[in-house]
Amino acid sequence: MTTTSLTSSRGAGRAGDKVFSGAALAAGCLILAVLFGVALFLVIQAIPAFTAPAADIQGGEGFFAYIWPIVVGTLIAAIIALAIATPVSIGVALFISHFAPRGLASGLGYVIDLLAAIPSVIYGAWGAAFLAPQISPAYGWLAANMGWLPLFHGPASATGKTILTAGIVLSVMVIPIITSLSREIFLQTPKLHEEAALALGATRWEMIKMSVLPFARPGIISAVMLGLGRALGETMAVALVLSSGALTASLIQSGNQTIAAEIALNFPEASGLKVSTLIAAGLVLFVITLAVNMIARWIISRHKEFSGAN
Amino acid sequence: MTSTLTPVRKRSALTKGQLPKYAPYVVLGVALVLGAAILALIGFNAFGWGVVSAVLFAAGLVGWSGAVEGARKAKDKLATCLVVGAFLVALLPLISVIWTVMVNGIPGLLNPGFLGTSMNGVTGVFDNRAAEGTGPVVGGIYHALLGTVQITLLATVISVPVGLLTAIYLVEYGNDRPLARAITFFVDVMTGIPSIVAGLFAAAFFFAVVGPGTKTGAVAAVALSVLMIPVVVRSSEEMLKIVPNELREASYALGVRKWRTILKVVIPTAISGIASGVTLAIARVIGETAPILVTAGFATSINNNVFGGWMASLPTFIYTQILNPTSPSNPDPSSQRAWGAALVLIILVMLLNLGARLIARVFAPKTGR
Repeated sequence: MTTTSLTSSRGAGRAGDKVFSGAALAAGCLILAVLFGVALFLVIQAIPAFTAPAADIQGGEGFFAYIWPIVVGTLIAAIIALAIATPVSIGVALFISHFAPRGLASGLGYVIDLLAAIPSVIYGAWGAAFLAPQISPAYGWLAANMGWLPLFHGPASATGKTILTAGIVLSVMVIPIITSLSREIFLQTPKLHEEAALALGATRWEMIKMSVLPFARPGIISAVMLGLGRALGETMAVALVLSSGALTASLIQSGNQTIAAEIALNFPEASGLKVSTLIAAGLVLFVITLAVNMIARWIISRHKEFSGAN
Repeated sequence: MTSTLTPVRKRSALTKGQLPKYAPYVVLGVALVLGAAILALIGFNAFGWGVVSAVLFAAGLVGWSGAVEGARKAKDKLATCLVVGAFLVALLPLISVIWTVMVNGIPGLLNPGFLGTSMNGVTGVFDNRAAEGTGPVVGGIYHALLGTVQITLLATVISVPVGLLTAIYLVEYGNDRPLARAITFFVDVMTGIPSIVAGLFAAAFFFAVVGPGTKTGAVAAVALSVLMIPVVVRSSEEMLKIVPNELREASYALGVRKWRTILKVVIPTAISGIASGVTLAIARVIGETAPILVTAGFATSINNNVFGGWMASLPTFIYTQILNPTSPSNPDPSSQRAWGAALVLIILVMLLNLGARLIARVFAPKTGR
């Protein structure tokens, strides 16, 4: 008798267990399906852009001729952003992890996280309304004094709405990402290494150079890669700040365009083949950022295996 | 003889060859004065004063330290100056953005009816009149506020169950199986999907399933879910992982089923962290512009139906008011509305961030550890 009551109650419980674990499994698989679906539906909708006659694509020279200038523009903006953000972020992360007073450190970290909380459209509006006019005299100076460099070839844009301004705004948006990841890594440095360096008479900077930075190098690289992923895909800052145009080498003239901004500016009014072209452009962006992110995650996961053993 | 024995005040051998404690303050004072003098010669502005003084301070302190303490200490001082400088540089844009939004946004926000009216029927004629000073700035953000709330709510309703269940699978059932490892990896990859690609995916999906040109609030909610799910999974996973195993084992020992253990023991223990993670995820997607722009179109009137018709949202409202002013010849009233909306959006995001911290603190479990 007792066995039947036990098995019957177990039967009900087992059903609950099955339903619950099944739901959890389904949710996990749904995520994989969504990621697969992202790729699949983008490919389906993009196919017309690849198969259409070259003359029908915007520009009249086929998809490849349409996409490569904006791919290069995207890379230029991202490289500017990283060139500014990487040293600043490492400095900020070091400040919070090793220089700031203990009591202040977490509060300061929160302040930097606030930078990440501000919506991108507000950065875009700020870049267009405040930063661009403020910075355009500097571009005039660059054009006058360093114009022999192709990068600073004049005449400088009078509005300041150039790829360099867009890159600066992007760097502000990337700083919190690189900072928070590097800070985590810096804090994981084995305390014994740090103390050993200090005990041998090293100054604080020598200690950081000898024990913290070598330990953190893979982490910094992957943090920068993740920042790169963000900078490549950021839309609004570029769409609002940059007055776009053809691909130019000069950073201080208006011109250049990024994939994300191109999509945002044209998609709302697009129809027919134009939609396919823009979705194909989105597919290219997806593949680029996916590759960057996967490499970054791979570096992190490889690093994880030996970071615990100190 | 006696004169040689009189005690001479000498600096201790330990502090010999070190800068005095007051050195940084002296150098800072000198740098500020010198900076002001240099700026006075070439035209004064506060930003330039700060930059010149900072450079002078670093040069002065490092130079003095190099002369008294030697090259190693000087290098240490230089590194400290650079690191502190990097932090101050990172603070500049934050202060500048918040200041710009406050200054430009408050006039728009104080405009009567700004929060309570939509842009329905507001044309360039009204804006021209407002710019000439013969009429008020009309129109508001009610429709955009409503759209943002509806889209974000629907996105939350989709993402939280999926994200939470996935986190439960990873922590409670996954056991480091290949599938669990794959999910972890792809969730990490998903966090890196550009927001506009998420929008394009939702658009492409609905174009293929419902019909070309389908743009509704629901499409935007799906796009936001793609961005939100990975954030919810990551934060919930972290929270479930730190629930002590003893609690689970105690529950199993009492004969409680696994699913009831999870529902009654594990989740209640972690709920504060999960709720705060969800709030942060909402704060992240509420400001997204690009995915809404390509999925929900842009409306100027109130739309209460998430499943039909174009819908406005705060970020797209800001974007279109700046890029396509209602009256192209007089963009000032439009930019005033845009900045007012930006201020509202920033306040919303900050409140959500603050709320997340409060939830985490107030409802934290009392583990006694």
